[in-house]
Amino acid sequence: MAPGGRAVREFFLSPTHAWRAFIGDPSEGLSAIWEGFLTNIWMFIVCEVLVLIFGLAIAVVRMSSSPILTPLRFLSTVYTDFFRGIPVILVLFAVGYGVPGMDLGWISQQSPTVYACISLTITYSAYVAEVYRAGINSVATNQLVAARAIGLRQGATMRYVVLPQAVRNVIPPLLNDFISLQKDTALVSTLGIVDATQAAHIYGSLNFNFAGYTVASLLFLLLTIPMTRLTDRLINRDRVKRLAFIS
Amino acid sequence: MIELHNVHKQFDQRTVLHGVTLELQPHEVVCLLGTSGSGKSTLLRCINLLDRIDQGDIIFQGQSLLDDRIDVDLVRRHIGIVFQAFNLFPHLNVLDNITLGPQRALGRPKHEVESEARELLGRIGLGTRSGDYPDQLSGGQQQRVAIARALAMQPDVLLLDEVTSALDPTLVGEVLDLLSDLALQGTTMLIATHEMQFARDVAHRVALLDAGRLVEVAPAQQFFDSPSQPETVDFLSRVPKTQ
Repeated sequence: MAPGGRAVREFFLSPTHAWRAFIGDPSEGLSAIWEGFLTNIWMFIVCEVLVLIFGLAIAVVRMSSSPILTPLRFLSTVYTDFFRGIPVILVLFAVGYGVPGMDLGWISQQSPTVYACISLTITYSAYVAEVYRAGINSVATNQLVAARAIGLRQGATMRYVVLPQAVRNVIPPLLNDFISLQKDTALVSTLGIVDATQAAHIYGSLNFNFAGYTVASLLFLLLTIPMTRLTDRLINRDRVKRLAFIS
Repeated sequence: MIELHNVHKQFDQRTVLHGVTLELQPHEVVCLLGTSGSGKSTLLRCINLLDRIDQGDIIFQGQSLLDDRIDVDLVRRHIGIVFQAFNLFPHLNVLDNITLGPQRALGRPKHEVESEARELLGRIGLGTRSGDYPDQLSGGQQQRVAIARALAMQPDVLLLDEVTSALDPTLVGEVLDLLSDLALQGTTMLIATHEMQFARDVAHRVALLDAGRLVEVAPAQQFFDSPSQPETVDFLSRVPKTQ
């Protein structure tokens, strides 16, 4: 054991502190970590749904060949390049502090939670759009040809033939991005939102004990591990299927 | 029904079709023979507008398909095509593979197209397989479903691109039998094939494509028994005898 092992153990693993941080103590201004974690969960759910929708829209626009959509196609390319390249935390600052400062009426008067959700959604939509795009590219050309050959128009071909196959192909990478999203909800604490991380932080600074961080980590693991296992199972199922196809 | 006039097609610098002229009458079955690479597939894909021709004209029901005002998707609904590799939609079951076109391209009601599809499946001997997915079927069954998918659009003409070439020899028969039935029912078909016996039995006329040129077009019996062109004689000498 390291020389400082005992101190660290007390700092991070003290059961009494962990429990107190977990259930909170309103009389001392301590928010419960479990309550904060509920914020993480619902933010993650709301963002995930929005990301699935926006990501798909961006990918479809980017993959379309219609000349009318050329300006939009250009925009979506710029969008994905831009937001994949900026750290989430900077987007959070830009939106969370920038938009309220712009004095744009109701747009600037939303709660930090709304700005946090917007920031996570715009960032992750860029990632997920690229995942969808890879999925669309993975659908064999002969499927397109077969769809056009029975007279399906481009839109119908995309909707009924390409996308169902594309989405199926990218479910594991999509889930991977969602695991990241679940964890990145912890970053909303930088906007002063009391999520699990922020509650742990408050507990830590008032009690000079970090057991709250351990509690928050465990809660995140509780959420991400089942998702990780599910992703692995799906990847494995795909692999088995492909092997069966080869033999 | 379909007239090809002096059709040329190039891919980059390589000319695949050198001025093909051919006419297909309603209810006629024409078999297109030729070695691999002779341009059979390209010719069929050009008629279906999956490839654009570079020169010449294709007239379908009195209208040029090269006209810019023509709606390509609309034309394809009248000209069915079946591919060597089946190209069924793997995420849809047999019934949905067949109904997708009528439902989503023609906008016909679901119950109507489904009952038609079931009837079609009965006709091709797969009445009990409507809920199965393509990967649960044999190659021959998949190809029959692909033919049914094309037929469900009620096309005026059916183009078949070596539909038995990817099949196990034991499965070729069931597909050819289906095509013979269709021929008897008066379906207009242009069939690219390597099956000589089938061509002799089913086709009204047989055409030989050699390096992108249509060297001979003749009634089936005459084509096989007394070919007039040296290329045809040479081609027939290199394939198994038919009678």
